[in-house]
Parts: sequence; C-alpha cells; structure tokens
Amino acid sequence: MNRSIRTLTLALMASAALAGCAKKAPKSLPPDPVAASSTAADTGMNPAGAAVPGSQADFVAVTQGADTIYFDTDKFDIDSADAASLQTQAQWLQRYPAKRATLEGHADERGTRDYNLALGEKRANAAKNYLVSLGVDAARLGVISYGKERPIALGSDEAAWAKNRRAVTVTVD
Amino acid sequence: MIARLALLALLLAAMPAAAQTPTSAPTPTPMPTGEAGGLSGSVSDESEWQDLGIAIPGFATDAEVATGANSAGTGALGVSLARVITDDLKNNGLFKPVGPDALPRPGYAQITAPDFAVWSGRSAEMLVHGYVRANPDGQLTVGCYLYDVALHQQLAKAGWVVGAGDWRRAAHKCADLVYSRLSGESPFFDSRIAYIAETGPKDHRVKRLAVMDSDGANHRFLTGGQALALSPRYSPDYGSLLYLSYVSGNPRIYAYDLATSQQRLITQSRNPTFAPRWSPDGRWVLYSMAVGGNTDIYRVSARGGGESQRLTDGPGIDVGGSYSPDGSKIVFESDRSGSQQVYVMDADGANQHRISFFGGRAATPEWSPRGDQIAFTHIAGNLRIAVMSPAGGALRYLTDTWQDEAPTWSPNGRIVQFFRTTKGTGHTAIWQVDLTGRNERRLPTPVDASDPAWGPVRP
Repeated sequence: MNRSIRTLTLALMASAALAGCAKKAPKSLPPDPVAASSTAADTGMNPAGAAVPGSQADFVAVTQGADTIYFDTDKFDIDSADAASLQTQAQWLQRYPAKRATLEGHADERGTRDYNLALGEKRANAAKNYLVSLGVDAARLGVISYGKERPIALGSDEAAWAKNRRAVTVTVD
Repeated sequence: MIARLALLALLLAAMPAAAQTPTSAPTPTPMPTGEAGGLSGSVSDESEWQDLGIAIPGFATDAEVATGANSAGTGALGVSLARVITDDLKNNGLFKPVGPDALPRPGYAQITAPDFAVWSGRSAEMLVHGYVRANPDGQLTVGCYLYDVALHQQLAKAGWVVGAGDWRRAAHKCADLVYSRLSGESPFFDSRIAYIAETGPKDHRVKRLAVMDSDGANHRFLTGGQALALSPRYSPDYGSLLYLSYVSGNPRIYAYDLATSQQRLITQSRNPTFAPRWSPDGRWVLYSMAVGGNTDIYRVSARGGGESQRLTDGPGIDVGGSYSPDGSKIVFESDRSGSQQVYVMDADGANQHRISFFGGRAATPEWSPRGDQIAFTHIAGNLRIAVMSPAGGALRYLTDTWQDEAPTWSPNGRIVQFFRTTKGTGHTAIWQVDLTGRNERRLPTPVDASDPAWGPVRP
C-alpha cells in the first residue's frame, strides 16, 4: 500500500512537472455529460432506479468511471491511476465470484487499422493481467480488441483521442 | 524500356509540331503538374505521351441485334463500349481521349479501314476503332483496333468473346490494349477492387464487405453489416476473399468463397486473427494473431487444414505483411524498436531487418507488383501515403492531407489506392494517385469506403 501511495505521489509530481504536456487527459477532463447523468441515475440517488446488486449496472454504479482505464499514445502500461481503477474493479469482482467480465481494448483514430487491433488487444490484456495479479481468476476474464472501430469520444483532437485510448471492463450479466 | 522509348520517339516524330486537341474537344486544359516534390529517376513516365489526343468513336456492328447486355441492341452497346474505354483513359489521367458522344460513328467496314482524313481533320493523333457482334449463343464478340492517324498505320488489335453480362470487361481489355501499347506499361483496367463499405455514426459504424470493378461498376455488397467486417484481400484467382469479421464476437479471419458465398475460418485457433494477406501464387495466407496480447505473423496453407507456421517471435507487435512479387520475401511492420517501423524478412521468417529509417512511424507496407517500390503509411502527425525502395531508400510522399492510410497497388504497379478519413466527421473514401504523385482522384462508391484491396488483372 505504502508503495502504491508513493507511486501515486511520484506520478502527481511528474505530472505537475510536465504540466502543459498532459498525457493522461481523461482524469483532468470534465466528465462526459451523458456518462455523468447515467451514473447519477445508477448510484441509487433515485431509489426506484437502483441497480440490482451484482449486475453490470451495479458494476458501473459502484466503480463510478473506474470501469475504464486510459493509455498514452501507443502505450499499454498500467500506471498508478489505472492500478487504482483496477483495484476497484477487482474488489467488485471478488464480491461476486460467479460473475464473468470482458475487457475491451481500444485505440484512437490516429493510427493504422491492423496495428490498432493489435494495440487494443495488448491494452485489454494488460488490464486483464493486472486483475489476475490482484486475485481475479483468469478464467473469468475474456478479452476483445476493437482497435479504432468503436470510439467513445467523437472529436478529432487530443482530448477525444485520450478518452478513446482505453480498456473498458464490462461484466457479463 | 528501350523498345518503349523507341516507340515514343516514333510517335513524337510523327506528331505535328503544334499538336492541336481534336476540334470537338472541350477547351484544352493544361495537365496538372502538382508533383509531390522530389521525383526520383525511378519513375518512368514523366513525359508527353499523356497529352496524346485519342479519338474513340462508337463501336460499329454488323447487324443491329438485341443482346442480354442492355435493353437496346448492339448499336447502342457499341456506344457504351466506347464510353467505358474513354472513361478508363480519361479518369486515370491518361491521355486526352474524346469519346463517342462528340464524334462521328464509323461504319462496320471502316473498322479495319479507317477514313484517316476524317480523323486527321479533327487533329486526333490516335484512333480507336472497334466492333461488337452478337453471337447466336448469346455471347458477344468485341474487336478493338488502335491506329496512328498520321502514319495511317495499325498499332495493335485484339478481340474477345465475352458473356453478355461481361461486356464491360471487353471495354476494359480494349482500354488496357491502348494504354499498354502507347505507354509501354502493363495493363490494369480489367481488374476488381474489394473494400469495406461504411455507413452510420462515427461511434458505431456499420462496415460491410463489398466488391466492384476497377472503375466502380458492377458494385456488390457481400455481407449484410450485422457483424463488423474489415481488411478484405482478393485471392490472386478472384475465387475467394480473405477478410476480418467480428461475427463470432472476436475478430477473426475468414476465407469467403465467391462462387458459393460460404466462408470458413483460416485457422481453428480461438485467438483473434487479423491483417490477412495472400502469397502471390495464392498458396499461402499470411495473418497476424494475438496470443495473450502479443501479436506475431503466421503463415498457413490457403487450402486450409494445415499447421500454421509462426514467422515472427518478438515481444512487440508484428503485424501485416506483403510478399515480394516472386514470393521470396515479406515486408511487414513491427514496433519492436519502440514504434511502428517497416521490416523485411525471408518468406520463412529468416533474416528480419528494419528498412525504414526516417523520423516518424512507418506502417502498412505493400510491395509493388513490379517489385521496385514499397508503398506504406507514414505517420508523423498526419498520416500520408509514401513509397520507398525495398532497401528503404528514396522516400517519396504521394499524398498530403490529414489522414491517408492503407495503400494498395494497381496490378501494374503504376497507381496507388488508399483511403482518406475526414477530420472530425470520420467520413471515409477511397482515393488513388499515380506513382508520380499526380492524378489524385476519389473513386465513386455508393457510401463511405475504406480498406481498398486492388486485385490482379483478371484471369
């Protein structure tokens, strides 16, 4: 734990030092309005809309955005922010040991098609391996790459691309 | 090369000093000269033959007969044939053809004995004549003749028997005859293109496998769009297509049989497979497969059932691959050095070495059918189509926009097709450009289009 806090601190220091060339844009971006409203609906603010415990809706509500981790251009490494998100995911998965999940790997539009398929695969596997290292049974986790075929942010700018370089964990209902 | 130059010298000597465009042609416009800087000596056709005026009047017929090719008879079909030839030569920036709608039509007897006075009076330097005959069995016989008007000389002739539904092929063959005879290059019009037809919003594009002739005619969708389809490749004999489909959930390569519309997996492995390619002889399939996140290039028999052979084994992403025309080497991309770069290896995976050493990333290499060039996507901010020698020298850009990728060669290695993505909207279209960097143009497709794969000249 100490180590991970230190890593986080280091990461923060590094990002402060590199201010102006922010690489991990998503964490500093305003929340996506659509995602924000759907999260609010699922968090149980509205009792009628509360998610069934152990469902994908519940996973989304509990992880509060931590179902997705983000990557730098051409990179697939898990940094401290990703590790924290995957911790949250692993806790949920351990609470519901019968649940399976698919890790979907994505790339931004500024790369060639075949390479991005390979890169998405690599990112999804990086996320999977980290979850396995946290004690989630590998047999519960599937992997699929969409390359650049399924962007979530539709712009053609660095902010959009940063949101699209991602691995999303989707639990199987 | 020497023979070609001799031919050109002959043609040039025969031409009037101040060549006029045919009188019936629109106002002459200068050829586009926007060359993409730094043309190397390896490009063979900088010259004036593209300015040749060619008259292509309607093809004659011996008897007006109804055909299965059109609702009108052979007479109307003769005009259609000449239009297709004119469009082939004009749309590719080759020559300055004048088509049948602006020209008098020769009679059947004149096809082999042209009235040269008529054509020299119109300042045509070259003349294409032809005929179409309906055969009793429903097939068509099409004849094609190329004449030098000043010399009163026949330069080439050929004839084909085609099914009524294949009448456009006869026109493409005639255009190929004219092009080859005048330029010295190999033919390419009688060929087809496989590509991915795209519709729908940017975050949920519907992508369908589609095919068309080299001029966009005879367009057909092969898949319905329920499953995402990507990266098709025609087999050298046009009997089947390799392509990627998400139909089973994961991306996997299928061989689609064009005669039966049946498809099969090229490998039973449950790992994702992508980036399919054929060997030039059609016996091997190259593919990339991700195992535990690590992507390598494999080879398997195209007939199916055989063991796959792994050709690369580095920890990075090794992907794609394109055979040299003789099948002895494979050019591919790898990020083993830290970013996408182009490498060459022997067909069995031996002697892997990097050939791209110029800033930025280099991806999607495709070996020219002539063997002398490798087209690829250069990524340095924008994505651009470029060519280099197989040794990695003589880098030359062919395009310069926001995002062009995935080059594919015309069968004769003279034209590079690719697809262009529009910033923001994500709209895609197939474009092509000459090896000289000239004649950049968009191909007509019914909807957005990507991942073009130009097949060889049809058997």
